[in-house]
Amino acid sequence: MYDAPPTPKGLPNLPGVGYKPQHYSDLIENPGTIGWLEIHAENYMGDGGRPIAQLRQLSERFPISVHGVGLSIGGEGRLDPEHLARLKHLVGWLNPTVFSEHLAWSTHDGAFLNDLLPLPYTEATITRVSDHIDELQNTIGRQMMLENPSSYLAFDESTWSEPDFLREVAKRTGCGLLLDVNNVFVSATNLNYDPQKYIEDYPLDYVGEIHLGGHDEDEDDHGKPLLIDSHGAAVVDPVWALLDHTLSLSGHRPILIEWDTDVPEWPILHAEAERAQKALSKVTA
Amino acid sequence: MTVTQTTFRSAILDGQQDRPLGLSDAEGRPAGRRFDVYRNNVAVSLTDALATGFPTIAKLIGEENFNAVAGIFLRQSPPASPLMMHYGAGFPDFLRDFEPLAHLGYLGDVADLELALRRSYHAADAPPIAADALASVPPEHLGEVTFTFAPAVSLLSSPWPLHAIWAFNMQNGPKPEAVAQDVIILRPEFDPEPHALPPGGLACLQSLMAGNPLGIAAARASEADKAFDLSAILTLLLPDNALTSITISQPSEV
Repeated sequence: MYDAPPTPKGLPNLPGVGYKPQHYSDLIENPGTIGWLEIHAENYMGDGGRPIAQLRQLSERFPISVHGVGLSIGGEGRLDPEHLARLKHLVGWLNPTVFSEHLAWSTHDGAFLNDLLPLPYTEATITRVSDHIDELQNTIGRQMMLENPSSYLAFDESTWSEPDFLREVAKRTGCGLLLDVNNVFVSATNLNYDPQKYIEDYPLDYVGEIHLGGHDEDEDDHGKPLLIDSHGAAVVDPVWALLDHTLSLSGHRPILIEWDTDVPEWPILHAEAERAQKALSKVTA
Repeated sequence: MTVTQTTFRSAILDGQQDRPLGLSDAEGRPAGRRFDVYRNNVAVSLTDALATGFPTIAKLIGEENFNAVAGIFLRQSPPASPLMMHYGAGFPDFLRDFEPLAHLGYLGDVADLELALRRSYHAADAPPIAADALASVPPEHLGEVTFTFAPAVSLLSSPWPLHAIWAFNMQNGPKPEAVAQDVIILRPEFDPEPHALPPGGLACLQSLMAGNPLGIAAARASEADKAFDLSAILTLLLPDNALTSITISQPSEV
């Protein structure tokens, strides 16, 4: 159990973007409405060179959110001690504003599959995920935030709803939550539930950061829509509407635009951030 | 019905296997194509990582062949760590042993070169010696000088025109001629650059990197190749931040 206030504080209630090296000069010279940056932890675990040098420069100008994509918090096996040590080292020298990871697994039996794989929502999973979060928070010496996944299917063995599952993990571990509104929309479409109701059930008091991103559209075997989280396109209008609904309930939060594949030119990404700023300005803090 | 991660992992990496039972859509029907999203994400993301890490190989065999070869490699050698910057360390040997591409005997060496470039890119930074550091050594002590090399520097030995194959594909260089080329990778600031080594260069640099003084390294290089020219090596090393310290070793008591 990590002793921290329920709502993770630190990032400004402003738009941020996932950092891409091709935007380095734009961010230094003309950051516009961008109030903070997020990096993927695993891309900054080399010994030196340009990535580390750029990160040092950026961290002098922007609050940095470190977002892990490889710890496999939901893994059946124990957490990789070498990877825990790398995270501790990165958080130690960079001293980022916040750290977050995913409700997912990616490593099993020594193989890292480079994807965020799904978990059954059971008591056993709650225990395992909570133990792993305890271990991480004790290792890096700070609170983390846990992000809700994009779901394409459901486990028959699940007995908990996702919001209840996340609330329980947050209560047991003292971790905060990272609410990905696009993931909510994707999962709700794929699993046929009401995304607004999901947001209303979600423990928003624990949320210290919101994610927005684009998705791809496909169909399942029965011709039903199958949305796929891609981070490779603009945020769609229904997701912006869901953000408005979220902010009306939560008040101001830091909002990240994620665009990781087919990365656009800076003005296009910045326009997404401006739209997030507009959404913030519509609600009272 | 519990779906273990062993079952899940195995069905992701082997598309011929049945999809795991116990995974459904919202109406309780088997997940079907929904499971294939994960199969596809894993295969595409790892193939992309290999294509990013080995662009010359992709160019040499074409995108379609590369994707097919990567698809085989990633299933037998998925990443052992979440650091994708290190993924593909086994790819050069995989290519050397891959029968359908045996006629392209140089692929393994080219993949080694690309791996070395990537390692250099992420290697630790180290302040270089002053530009005039060697010039300030009294000429009679030059043979006793030893160097420390920057972590970003590495050597490759090849019976193929390794540098020329890389330059032809990646830098619009001239058509490679059938000569063996050893290569040194240097990183002047942040971007690693491969350079073809002059005759005897590999023997000289291997000796220097092992900690031998310049006089001994030069002698080894002359034995390896009579055309060895020390000034050509120093010209290569000095401007590109390859050296991080210079020491005059104690003359041996002979």
